[in-house]
Amino acid sequence: MAVILPLSLVAIAVFLTLYAWPAIHFNGWGFLVHNDWDLGRMYGNPIVKDGQTILPGASYGILFLIVGTLLSSLIAIILALPLGVFSAIFIAEGLKGPLREAASFLVELLAAVPSVVYGLFGYIVLIPFLGHHVYPFLTQTIGRVIPWFGGESGSGYGLLTAGFILTLMIVPLISATLRDALNSTPRALRESGISMGASRMEVVLRILLPQNRKVLIGATILALGRALGETMAVLMVSGNALNVLPSNAYSSVSTMASFIVSQLDSALQDPTGMAVMSLAEVGLVLMLISILVNAAARALLSLSGMRGRVKT
Amino acid sequence: MIDNILTGKLSAKPSVLLLKRRWMSRFWWFVTGLSLFILGFSLLYLLGFVFFHGAGALTLKTFTEDTQGIAGGLRNAIVGSLLISGLALAMAIPVGVSAGIYLAEYDYGRLVGRVARFMSDVLVGVPSIILGYFGYITMVVYLGWKFSLLAASITLAIMMLPYIARTTEMALREVPHTVRESAYALGAGEGRVMLRIMLPAGRTGILTGILLSLSISLGETAPLIYTANWSNYMWEGHFTNEPVSYLTYVIWSYIGEPYTSAHRLAYAAAFLIVFMVLGINVIARYVLRNKSGHHH
Repeated sequence: MAVILPLSLVAIAVFLTLYAWPAIHFNGWGFLVHNDWDLGRMYGNPIVKDGQTILPGASYGILFLIVGTLLSSLIAIILALPLGVFSAIFIAEGLKGPLREAASFLVELLAAVPSVVYGLFGYIVLIPFLGHHVYPFLTQTIGRVIPWFGGESGSGYGLLTAGFILTLMIVPLISATLRDALNSTPRALRESGISMGASRMEVVLRILLPQNRKVLIGATILALGRALGETMAVLMVSGNALNVLPSNAYSSVSTMASFIVSQLDSALQDPTGMAVMSLAEVGLVLMLISILVNAAARALLSLSGMRGRVKT
Repeated sequence: MIDNILTGKLSAKPSVLLLKRRWMSRFWWFVTGLSLFILGFSLLYLLGFVFFHGAGALTLKTFTEDTQGIAGGLRNAIVGSLLISGLALAMAIPVGVSAGIYLAEYDYGRLVGRVARFMSDVLVGVPSIILGYFGYITMVVYLGWKFSLLAASITLAIMMLPYIARTTEMALREVPHTVRESAYALGAGEGRVMLRIMLPAGRTGILTGILLSLSISLGETAPLIYTANWSNYMWEGHFTNEPVSYLTYVIWSYIGEPYTSAHRLAYAAAFLIVFMVLGINVIARYVLRNKSGHHH
């Protein structure tokens, strides 16, 4: 039975590759560096190009998806790392007994809320609020200093909103893992710090955090992997841009995962099947990235002996 | 005591350095507290939003009628969600628990075991939409099952497997060696030790893993769009060739419609899903707490 686990991972990779093979062959390396996802003329007669049957004018390039995926995840990590670390410190060092229990549970529940509910919350609550109040304010303040936050503040859909939602979704992973690591750090380390005249916060920041840095890095990379593959929430708040690179923090974007969902209906209309195969290639690229990210994180975590304790 | 010195309770006139350190400590305590506050506030705001809108949208009709385009109830979606996740769980538990036993008991330290463990860890990290696409290619298209209950459930089962396997493995690892050794000493065979001693001893951990994977699967949307698709009708009993409805689809799809009736259904669906997921998490927490209380 145990063999089913690794087997399904291999099967997923193999079937995706086989299915996407004609698309990989047709698209070549241009797939990764061009911004020209175009299904071609739907009612045109299919033509043969490079040995593949495609619709006239069809081309597939997903650079904008790769950029959108990486940028939104990067924003999420930049925000989630401090939030996760500090909240973990407060829970592990500042709270006791039932209060600590309750706070831990509250943070972990953030990870239990389904993706699509985050999407609903973002769509109904965050987007109007951010689009009308926060983003115009940001362009007038930070935007004057950092051009990337300047320019059109948009309607609220876009990169930054997706980043905010992703932050909430991945922060429990960082927070809970570090909290457990802090709780299980040997008492002697803490006591020797105190005996040297350091305050409790100084012990945490100068001794315990550096001590647990491998765990922290591992959990952060895992959280990055989670953000890269997040689908529904991002789909509902990112604005779903096509073939354009984001020009500022408020630009609408698409990510690889959300694109696979949003394009299914139109891709199925392609009688040659090349559109669906190219979507499979998007999936393959996403899968390779997440496997790399996860493998790196797991390797780090098992080096630090924290494998079993990571919250997933 | 050192905190007393830093907060100035012992020394009448603290030095500049001590003052600086005192304020830095206070500053960092404030930052950490603020971080936790932001997270707690976000969660409670989100839950309040869902409960406020959802409770107002729930009626008796929600449970007795099927969706009709943009109105009606959610009966078909509630049944569909439970069917898909229930069937997935029924498939994932035996495979996941056996895999966990294998990882915990046999092959430990050997290359095969290490590779299997590593790959199951990586499988957790594969985005669920990829699993959905895999299910689409293999079951929906290649096996010709079309959008169906079986394709959706198997896809979710693959997603649950590594969670269940890992929690089982961890739970079994925590059972003290002496327990196992005493059982062997009494003459019990390997299978008997596992079934009668080890599994019962690790049952709370295993149960927690099963509950959490159920909660994750109930909240999934992306892989189901590719495998179950959507249906406005009640499930008619076919495992293949019949699309199935589920609650998360209603949230995603109906909130984008310009009609109030559709929005009400989306909120009601969000309420139901969040309620189920929260409930399962509270139960899992309760199970774990009782266990740790028992041990210490």
